[in-house]
Amino acid sequence: MLHGYAGNLLEGTGLTLAVAGASLAIACVLGLAAAGAKLSKSRLARGVGTAYTTVIRGVPDLVLMLLVFYGGQMAVNEIAARLGYDGFLDIDPFVAGVATIGFIFGAYLAETFRGAILAIPPGQREAGIAYGMGRLQVLLRITLPQMVRLALPGFTNNWLVLVKSTALVSVIGLNDMMQRAGQAAGATREPFTFYLAAGAIYLAITTVSLVALKSLEKRYSLGVRRAA
Amino acid sequence: MNLEAIWEALPSFLEGLQVTAILLLASLAIGLVAAVPLALARRSPRPWLSRPVWLFTYVIRGTPMLVQLFLIYYGLAQFEAVRESVAWPWLSSAWFCAIAAFALNTCAYTTEILAGSIEATPAGEVEAARALGMGTATVMRRILLPSALRRAIPAYSNEAIMMLQGTSLASIVTLLDLTGAAREMNSRTYLPFEAFITAAVFYLALTFALVALFHRAERRWLAHQR
Repeated sequence: MLHGYAGNLLEGTGLTLAVAGASLAIACVLGLAAAGAKLSKSRLARGVGTAYTTVIRGVPDLVLMLLVFYGGQMAVNEIAARLGYDGFLDIDPFVAGVATIGFIFGAYLAETFRGAILAIPPGQREAGIAYGMGRLQVLLRITLPQMVRLALPGFTNNWLVLVKSTALVSVIGLNDMMQRAGQAAGATREPFTFYLAAGAIYLAITTVSLVALKSLEKRYSLGVRRAA
Repeated sequence: MNLEAIWEALPSFLEGLQVTAILLLASLAIGLVAAVPLALARRSPRPWLSRPVWLFTYVIRGTPMLVQLFLIYYGLAQFEAVRESVAWPWLSSAWFCAIAAFALNTCAYTTEILAGSIEATPAGEVEAARALGMGTATVMRRILLPSALRRAIPAYSNEAIMMLQGTSLASIVTLLDLTGAAREMNSRTYLPFEAFITAAVFYLALTFALVALFHRAERRWLAHQR
């Protein structure tokens, strides 16, 4: 049915998952940093955090990705030229894609993380400090473990949107599942078949993620009593 | 920043703004109108009505909009029956396909938003209406939908903003929307920062305008919650 392109599509799926996983790692780090900045006492940090989350959420992924890909290319070459390098440097679309998606979803995750931190009763943090824990210990022992439970629903949503956003990296020339589906479609003149197959793979990724994150949520909610 | 180049490209950005606005308004309008009956079906006690709608929203929300757009724009041409049908002039136009894909996508998300706010209707309101002798259709028209639509405004404002950003995909199927104008400027002038930052500023302005609009809508229709 797929004219022998199934293996090729699956290789693309691997790349899609690699982009998604690497972006998620960057997004988590940026998200935590931005959530911390927005909750900080320093006005400057709050301003930077707010500007980051507002601007990123108001601009399409595609525009940011093209900006990083083409703009980054130009900036890197400019810097290289000033350092006395006279060749042409290419920006790897994988790096550009992962950096952009990670940067974008850091802003979305920041809101999720911030909400989760705010939902932890401040008395718990104070109790930790009263026991003589340092700020880092309070963060690692009290805030983070509880944040996981509170942030998981929002995290699940963001992950699902992130996976779907990775389809855009095909636009800047990365050989992901979408681009391979496009190549196969061109070679066999059966675009519907191949985009349908790509859609089915995305749906499978979504379904598996939902099931996995649901059971994780259960695991982290063991200590919580539910009404009814 | 080369401000002169931006100034020169401004007319094409303004045309792109128009294209983006039309794509957004058309797909939101079609999606919302179709989502109302679908949301009612989604909450229906009859499984033959609710299951297909669940499947529709699950599939659409579980796949990238880019895939949906490509399936309609490139995919349909695979079938001879489609190429020879009377609808082909429509189906081969990027405009039609983009609006169809966007409307389909936002319709699925809006259906879930509305279904959620229909479910949040207090049971007593419906019971009271029934006790006054209203039939199912009257209850829907007078009680269920007005309050559900109001309650959906905050979530729907997010959907509208996501959709605004989603319209940037139109540039991938050759339409000259805001993103398309930026891509065209970039390939003509090799000024990626000027091109894409200008587009980003336009999108940000549109986002703020939408936020303000929905804020006013909430003040008007959710005044009782303040």
